[in-house]
Amino acid sequence: MSIYKFLVQTKNKDPRSNGYLRDAHLLGFQLLKRISVQDLYFIEGQLSQEELQQLALKLLTDPVTQSALWIELPAPLSTPQPDSVILEVSLRPGVTDPVAEQIVRASHELKINGVHRAATGLRFQVEGLKVEQVEQLAKALLANNVIQHWTIGEITPSFPEEVESSGEVEIIPIRKLSNDKLLALSKERRAALDLAEMKAVQDYFIEAKRDPTDVEFETIAQTWSEHCVHKTFKAKIDIRYSNDESRISNIDSLIKTYLKSATDKINAPWVISAFVDNAGIIDFDDEFEISFKAETHNHPSAVEPFGGANTGVGGVIRDVLGVSAKPIANTDILCFGPQDLDPKSLPEGVLHPRRIQSGVVAGVQDYGNKIGIPTVNGAILYDEGYTANPLVFCGCVGIAPKGKHKKNPQVGDRVVVLGGRTGRDGLRGATFSSMTMDAQTGEVSGASVQIGDPITEKGLIDVIVRARDLELYNDITDCGAGGLSSAVGEMASSIGCDVDLTRVKLKYPGLAPWEIWLSEAQERMVFAVAPEKISDLQKLCDTFNTELTDIGEFTGKNRLIVRYGEKSVVNMDNEFLHEGIPQRQLKAVIREQRIENIISAPIPNHLISSHLLSLLSSPNIASKASTIRIYDHEVQGGTVVKPLTGIEADAPSDAAVIKPIGTKGTKGIVLSNGINPEFGKRDAYQMAWSVMDEAIRNAVAVGADPERIAVLDNFCWGDPLRPETLGALVEACRGCHDASLFYGTPFISGKDSLNNEYLGADGLRHAIPPTLLISAIGIIQDVNQSITMDLKEAGNLIYLVGNFQTEQKNIPNVPKSALQVYKALHQAIKNNLIRSAHDLSEGGLGVAIAEMCIGGRLGAEVKFESLNIFNEVNGCLLVEVTPKNESAFEKQFANLPFQKIGEVTTKPILKLNETEIRVEELVQAFNTSH
Amino acid sequence: MKPKALVLQAHGSNRDFDVMDALTLAGADATGVPLNELRNHKSLLADFQLLVVPGGFSYADALGAGKLLALDLASYFADEVSAFVDATKPVIGICNGFQVLVKAGILPGKQNQTQVKNEATLTFNAEGHFECRWVNLKSTSQNCIWTKDLNEIITCPIAHGEGNFQSIENISSEHIALTYVNANGSSANGVYPINPNGSTMDIAGITNAKGNVLGLMPHPENHIYLWQHPRHTRGETSGSGLKLFENGVNYARQM
Repeated sequence: MSIYKFLVQTKNKDPRSNGYLRDAHLLGFQLLKRISVQDLYFIEGQLSQEELQQLALKLLTDPVTQSALWIELPAPLSTPQPDSVILEVSLRPGVTDPVAEQIVRASHELKINGVHRAATGLRFQVEGLKVEQVEQLAKALLANNVIQHWTIGEITPSFPEEVESSGEVEIIPIRKLSNDKLLALSKERRAALDLAEMKAVQDYFIEAKRDPTDVEFETIAQTWSEHCVHKTFKAKIDIRYSNDESRISNIDSLIKTYLKSATDKINAPWVISAFVDNAGIIDFDDEFEISFKAETHNHPSAVEPFGGANTGVGGVIRDVLGVSAKPIANTDILCFGPQDLDPKSLPEGVLHPRRIQSGVVAGVQDYGNKIGIPTVNGAILYDEGYTANPLVFCGCVGIAPKGKHKKNPQVGDRVVVLGGRTGRDGLRGATFSSMTMDAQTGEVSGASVQIGDPITEKGLIDVIVRARDLELYNDITDCGAGGLSSAVGEMASSIGCDVDLTRVKLKYPGLAPWEIWLSEAQERMVFAVAPEKISDLQKLCDTFNTELTDIGEFTGKNRLIVRYGEKSVVNMDNEFLHEGIPQRQLKAVIREQRIENIISAPIPNHLISSHLLSLLSSPNIASKASTIRIYDHEVQGGTVVKPLTGIEADAPSDAAVIKPIGTKGTKGIVLSNGINPEFGKRDAYQMAWSVMDEAIRNAVAVGADPERIAVLDNFCWGDPLRPETLGALVEACRGCHDASLFYGTPFISGKDSLNNEYLGADGLRHAIPPTLLISAIGIIQDVNQSITMDLKEAGNLIYLVGNFQTEQKNIPNVPKSALQVYKALHQAIKNNLIRSAHDLSEGGLGVAIAEMCIGGRLGAEVKFESLNIFNEVNGCLLVEVTPKNESAFEKQFANLPFQKIGEVTTKPILKLNETEIRVEELVQAFNTSH
Repeated sequence: MKPKALVLQAHGSNRDFDVMDALTLAGADATGVPLNELRNHKSLLADFQLLVVPGGFSYADALGAGKLLALDLASYFADEVSAFVDATKPVIGICNGFQVLVKAGILPGKQNQTQVKNEATLTFNAEGHFECRWVNLKSTSQNCIWTKDLNEIITCPIAHGEGNFQSIENISSEHIALTYVNANGSSANGVYPINPNGSTMDIAGITNAKGNVLGLMPHPENHIYLWQHPRHTRGETSGSGLKLFENGVNYARQM
């Protein structure tokens, strides 16, 4: 068969090429004069000239804007012009290529049946650089070795190789291994198991009088991975204190001791499910319940930012599908290294933070927009500690009718897989995410990243929502880290199952049994389906282009049995697999707080203006509009308070309000977050309090009822085997517990990502700042009473509510009055006394009032005695009140700390004590792009 | 009787429920029909008075937004759809639906069944990226049944990456149904972000010669409730998109 290469170019100006040029200049390739990018399509088949022309005209080009030429390989396309270098890039075999799949399908629809296989690529024509520089540019910007291969000149396309399925199963002789050899085996297979765990595996097989197969060993490694069982959070921990050597304490499981226990003590009647399912679930109204989950996809995003973030979004959406809910909103909180970092100072093997950010943002955009879920809340933070280890937190909210989610597989039910096919992609992702990265990680674990396919997952949503209503399944779970081994294994953990891997539909042949079982190919869900309901489910799947595969049955024998045709490849006791992991014994040291003198000298009056403007334009505070605007935050029609607000829609909202389509009444959902790595570096306990307060404060600011907020925890930490790192984690959990009880705000789900460290070629560890994300989900009774942060009308009064602490500590405390202040504010909102509200966070009162002015394009005159006008405090907000409501408002806050600090003015000037700044200057500073 | 609207649910449609909500509010009986279901019952289309191709990312925008769904229409429903259009029944394509109607050749002009001959296209936004923001739309056609008598500016969001309308030859003004304008109704004059995607002549929506088919990039179906307005907390209430759907539904009712 012949292979044809099509080159598609844009006739007129091409925004995509300009984007590459700009990015290359920002990365320091100043000599680059011009770059033009063209699409490549490789089509293998028996095709006539007429058919080739049809393909070019009807399928591969937009005749108005593009033109195509093609050749039969191996002839070169053309000789490059002098002074320009040609670079071609295409995907590695095994990486999902949805466009290529569509080319084959659509060609057949066009009756061009001779098309056999397809592949896609890009061709860059680069001017102004030497070949060596183009190679550098390829590595830095144009290609990613993890998923693509590239060459100077003409590339040879790679189609998935068709080799016969091996069916090969290896026996791993483990019974006689010494301790050293056990550890070596763990390392060699990237199992991330410690000695006690390896010995537990060894003991099991000594008793079974046989050695494990590779499938069994890999299954155990995945099931026992940090990612799947959270062994650090369930460990026994001995705690010592650096300031008091005689003091020793210990705890048995951070989850039980601090997180679950807080939820249990609060015992809120509106919490429907906490910590047991794929997502936490709370009550919405008489008809519906809502679910919420946030996950991280840090390691994959570090090596392949687009694919990592893309599949991170896809993964958390499946968590919500896993509780039978329809996804209705996404959140994304991202942490990167400084965008202006000198490329020369990058650790080896690390992508530049600018490239990581653009890839991650594009990945989030691609998945969320295409699947049709609005991205409504988020944050972007910068810190040098995230240079090698970016953090990508993806959250998803779902809604479901009450009482429809089933979680109870029956003996005799079929084990059914729905969605995408299985490939070699994503192998060992669960263990990968549980290890420290090094310069080789990108290459070795390259397979653990892949590009998602949001439209296939959209098909899953369409099927699941209908199948749930028709009661077609008895259990459902998502295929995430660990693939089928984890999803099927978990679902069968109380009942047992018998599955045959030869039934699993593959993207291409040649996978060994352990690869099929462990593959983390995306967009798959596992179900328990009664045999008589299979045909109804099949019909539904046909309607929505979703593939259904029946791979076995739930047996009731309480063993996990996996076959490859006739061959038995796994036969293990459920109890060993799910309860046999030894509890980890860890050591923590809680060090004394690092008291730093962070009291900045009072800003002299003549510098207040320039200080405020530089704060507004600083990366962490400045507008994130360029990111927010490329996310669809309106799809599904429920976005009441949008991420950007105000008269010009360019001011930052405190939180999002959503009214889910299809719900009756006026109720809405409020989403907000709290995160503060700067505090994390200083005092993990106080940091936890602060981020809880921030999340709740933000939710209350837009109208959430402070007594109806639930939260998720996401811990991103360094290596917990280092006692000081674990000590900080213990303190953060204790802070979560105490703050949760203080506010009466329960945790409903959580997740941890540990080992966020990078071992540089310099031999030094690069760890992230201890980072805790609190994601809050609240209820607003009437979305028509939502509050935004933009100033509304000249003449209105501006109040500071909350106990503004002028004494500056290492980290601001949460004032005792915080909850009462929030309750009073909420009552004032319900009584229609509040026109706008904005929380004080980074940049303090000064930045808060400036942002409110930006939102309303109105001025304000503010008098404030304290010198700490820019300090970050907890428990405080600014609110705008009309003069006629002055006394009603003040009555609402009787006995609570508040002060009138100024009023809104028509003249667009912010007057802070004696300093005057034009609102237009504030707008400009805030909109500085980074 | 309520006019029946068929909302075509393709592989990757995602504003199907949004537009069904708007159609229902406008007085129609709206039904989502998956493409595969329609393939199995092609005659179904004739039972409906309105045809709606909703927003989304059919086939993930592979090979150009709307292209592969346009190919489906041509491959599976060419006769049924052209009968529907020729009967001057109301048809609307929003965002991805607009892209589909243009790439299928239904808009702006006549569909040529022997050869796909695209005179116009919706290509990549001039800014080079997807964009979600609220825009203002002015009706410029009394010929189009969807936009006639829309005296008020419509305020609604866009959410697209390929909404830049371009044609090989200048499009005649009778086809232009909606344009991007300033809040006061004055012309955008191609200035970003009032014209958010670089469309020639600030075109936001196109109609066919008979005026029964409308394609538009923005999403009037996402502004049918007061609380959806981006400045509802400032008391702003104008610019609802509902009237556009009422026009289509009322027209269908009178047919």
